[in-house]
Amino acid sequence: MAMNMETKLRNFHQAKWDEPIIFELTSPGERGILIPEAEAKVVAESGSLETLVPAGIRRKKRPALPEMSQMHVLRHFMRLSQMNMGADFTVDVGQGTCTMKYSPKINERYANHPKLTELHPLQDESTVQGMLELTYNLEQYMKELSGLERFTFQPGGGSQAILAMTSICQAYFESKGEGHKRDEIITTIFSHPSDAAAAAVKGYKIITLYQGENGLPDLEALKAVVSDRTAALFITNPEDTGIYNPEIEAFVQTVHEVGGLCGYDQANLNGIIGITRAKEAGFDMSFFNLHKTFSAPHGCGGPAGGALGVSEELVRFLPKPLASFDGEKYYIDSDLKDSIGKVRNFMGVAPVILKAYGWIRAVGAEGLVEAARVAVLNNNYMLKHIREIRGADASFGDGYRIEQVRYSWQQLYEDTGITSEDVSIRMADFGMHLWSSHHPFIVPQPFTIEPTEAYSKAELDEYLAVLRQVSHEAYTNPKMLKNAPYNSCCHRVNNEPLDNPEKWAITWRSYQNKWVKEECVVEELA
Amino acid sequence: MSNFVHPYIPNSVKSIQEEMLAEIGANGIEDFYDIIPEKLRYKGELNIPKPMFSEAEVDRHLRELLSKNVTTQDCLSFLGAGCSPHHVPAICDEIAGRSEFLTGYAGEPYEDYGRFMVLFEYQSLMAELLDMEVVNVPTYDGSQAASTSIRMAQRITKRNEILISRNISPFKLDIIKNYCRGTMKVTMVDVDDFGRTSMEDLKGKLQPNVAGYFYENPGFTGVIEDRGQEISDLIHDMGGLSLVGCDPISLGILEAPVNYGADIVTGDVEGLGIHQNYGGGLAGFIATMDQEKFVNEYPSRLFGITNTSVEGEYGFGDVFYDRTSFGEREHGKEFVATHAALWGIVAAVYLGSMGPAGMEEIGEVIVQKSRYAMNRLNAIEGVAVRGMDAPHFKEFVVDFGQTGQTAEQINKALLEQKIFGGFDLTNHHDGMENCALFCVTEVHTKQDIDQLVETVQSIVREG
Repeated sequence: MAMNMETKLRNFHQAKWDEPIIFELTSPGERGILIPEAEAKVVAESGSLETLVPAGIRRKKRPALPEMSQMHVLRHFMRLSQMNMGADFTVDVGQGTCTMKYSPKINERYANHPKLTELHPLQDESTVQGMLELTYNLEQYMKELSGLERFTFQPGGGSQAILAMTSICQAYFESKGEGHKRDEIITTIFSHPSDAAAAAVKGYKIITLYQGENGLPDLEALKAVVSDRTAALFITNPEDTGIYNPEIEAFVQTVHEVGGLCGYDQANLNGIIGITRAKEAGFDMSFFNLHKTFSAPHGCGGPAGGALGVSEELVRFLPKPLASFDGEKYYIDSDLKDSIGKVRNFMGVAPVILKAYGWIRAVGAEGLVEAARVAVLNNNYMLKHIREIRGADASFGDGYRIEQVRYSWQQLYEDTGITSEDVSIRMADFGMHLWSSHHPFIVPQPFTIEPTEAYSKAELDEYLAVLRQVSHEAYTNPKMLKNAPYNSCCHRVNNEPLDNPEKWAITWRSYQNKWVKEECVVEELA
Repeated sequence: MSNFVHPYIPNSVKSIQEEMLAEIGANGIEDFYDIIPEKLRYKGELNIPKPMFSEAEVDRHLRELLSKNVTTQDCLSFLGAGCSPHHVPAICDEIAGRSEFLTGYAGEPYEDYGRFMVLFEYQSLMAELLDMEVVNVPTYDGSQAASTSIRMAQRITKRNEILISRNISPFKLDIIKNYCRGTMKVTMVDVDDFGRTSMEDLKGKLQPNVAGYFYENPGFTGVIEDRGQEISDLIHDMGGLSLVGCDPISLGILEAPVNYGADIVTGDVEGLGIHQNYGGGLAGFIATMDQEKFVNEYPSRLFGITNTSVEGEYGFGDVFYDRTSFGEREHGKEFVATHAALWGIVAAVYLGSMGPAGMEEIGEVIVQKSRYAMNRLNAIEGVAVRGMDAPHFKEFVVDFGQTGQTAEQINKALLEQKIFGGFDLTNHHDGMENCALFCVTEVHTKQDIDQLVETVQSIVREG
């Protein structure tokens, strides 16, 4: 039976293989892959392992890896993959702030092409002209979208870009002899946690501004904390609430007036691509996540990419090298006299850079703006309907939002005792994912929805139908939710051991030590 | 804009937009942007090319662009230095391309059971290889992993100076220095003629403020350090931690660093079933024993196994999530976010395929082939392999100083013969002018090595 088109609910069941842990599948003597042998002459001239590696440093005990034939290995991991819900499979709007969108397959074709996969990062620049051209051109597009002067793609993700922004900030003030004095970085509670955390890695004291009743940080609060100790403001806009801060220019000016720098966290640019830019608001630095706005898939948590741009004054501090063009050929440019050095090896995550480039070329200037407009339309469509769902509400007033909304199940919780986590678990039974958002839970019982341009109206309606159904169940049969999931790969997880040092097991061998051996002892005693 | 319909944007169809706007009660999409001040609106025209509406056009464009590259398959490559050529089993590509994993992200253990389980297995397989008990969900690369191990040591010992061996990748050193700038003092420790730690210098620099000593084994120049225990003892005697960077593909034949006293072991999984990807295939691991003092200091996600409400069913989740920056922002341990998880999944497939015998055999064939290449190159008049008498793994330094040609000239001449020579160390390492770092692995045949040797010989002879 196909999905009920009236209720828009699916009679879904995820693959459940009851698959053992790989170590339980070992079959001694089997081989998954064989290694090319050294030729007889090579062995004769080089010698054996015993002569080539001193006994003291030679491995004594073979690693206890599983022994499996090739298809056996393949089948195991195929099954694990079937127990995972990629964005290709679901209406992935429930992971708000993360900008889940379509990752075009044509880009995968070339990200997996030997002309890219078999490149070594230290090849002579004459042999990587295609890769450099692609990188250089992508930089030109990023400059257009931000108004900034130069971009690096070295960071392996948004947080590493924040680390790089912090490092640039540090080098900038050191160059002005103010390194010791400028020891504070200001951020806001609805900016990504890494805006605070990655800045703290470099020794900065973090000042966090909280939101007012309108959900926005207060300009007066900022004015109260800036001083000659202010190194920078790192801020997202719109923040995780999806509310655009119309005073952003004044925020930037306030920090500039005391001599600080402003870094714009545009990990998620999706609602405002080509609508408003970092430069017009006065920012000195900004970064985009290539795996969010620019379509590269998330890979279960990377590999990712962060495109970090800076104003002219800060170019000399960028991590090196950059891809440059002399009018005839592309070259690897290490000529940055005050470079912070590096944040990641080599020149960035090439397959991710290619995917971002491919997406931009496919949608073009027109499509970039249309993507933003449709993302915002989709978001306000969801907002309109979610506000009507019993027990759900959008935090911070009834206006429109940009690309996402931080919602709350607080009413549902007060009425029924059902938490945001309960709802999220029950959603899995319908093949949907709903995220309970980042800490801290300032919005009580939070959930964040971000319906990017990649979803059709029909899909949004389907997601809404599931939300409505779960809310309905909460009011009519809360026990149903408390015992969920029913159609997932597994049942309610016992989280207690995961925070208990006596029981937590981060590897199979720890599990054997802490759980299995203990059981054996108990059995023996019995 | 009026007739713009794009395959990636379903609701670019105008009639649907009208329908949605009517439901919302808005006059147009512009309404949603009312809050953005006029002054901040971008009014220029984006200088970005027009859309390539047809996929055929994108296909052709990307193909033509990439065809300008000359790859390590088009030529014979001996480049390593942190990204090395290894055979990628086809099943690694198969799993890497599974869109359940490729397009998965951050679901709960209910809809993303597979992701939690496969990364738990990755951690567990690496732990067997490393003979340790805790391994993280991968971080960006081995350099980030090394940097974090240093900061972990800082927090554990509450000391603010780190010692680092001079035989380290210049890239890794740049990254570590940047990561420590402002909070830790970085002091370099000399190495002997073979590139191994100078015990004398280490002893002299091990002061009470030293959080630990970071060195790589094999070193950047491929030399194997066989006095690991002695080094660890010296560090431990001073209350510091022994931090070792290693190459996981060596661990079928080389002792796991924990067995010569390492406290935190880091490295890169780049060779474990992942293509070179122009340096995009890196992913860092951090390993320790399962003691609270170590686990508390990890910034990374750590996936753990547990049980569920159904007897006998495995469940998974985040171990001690509250230590992370997701929960604690600037009070968390460094920071965590989207790093390089997919490469961890691929490495799990690789280790599952290789098994103990595969890891042992690959280690053996690499030391044999690289030694064969060292012997042959060293035999060329004017060419000398540095530290010939010391054991090496995979990489070694070739000194062209006596050939009358620079390493750059030699590499240029090699390139003309479709060979990518070793990484030129001239501007990267003190005392290594006109030296190049060569990398030889299981993918190189005797014929490949002989071809390299003969070509170098003729370049040197013809001067």
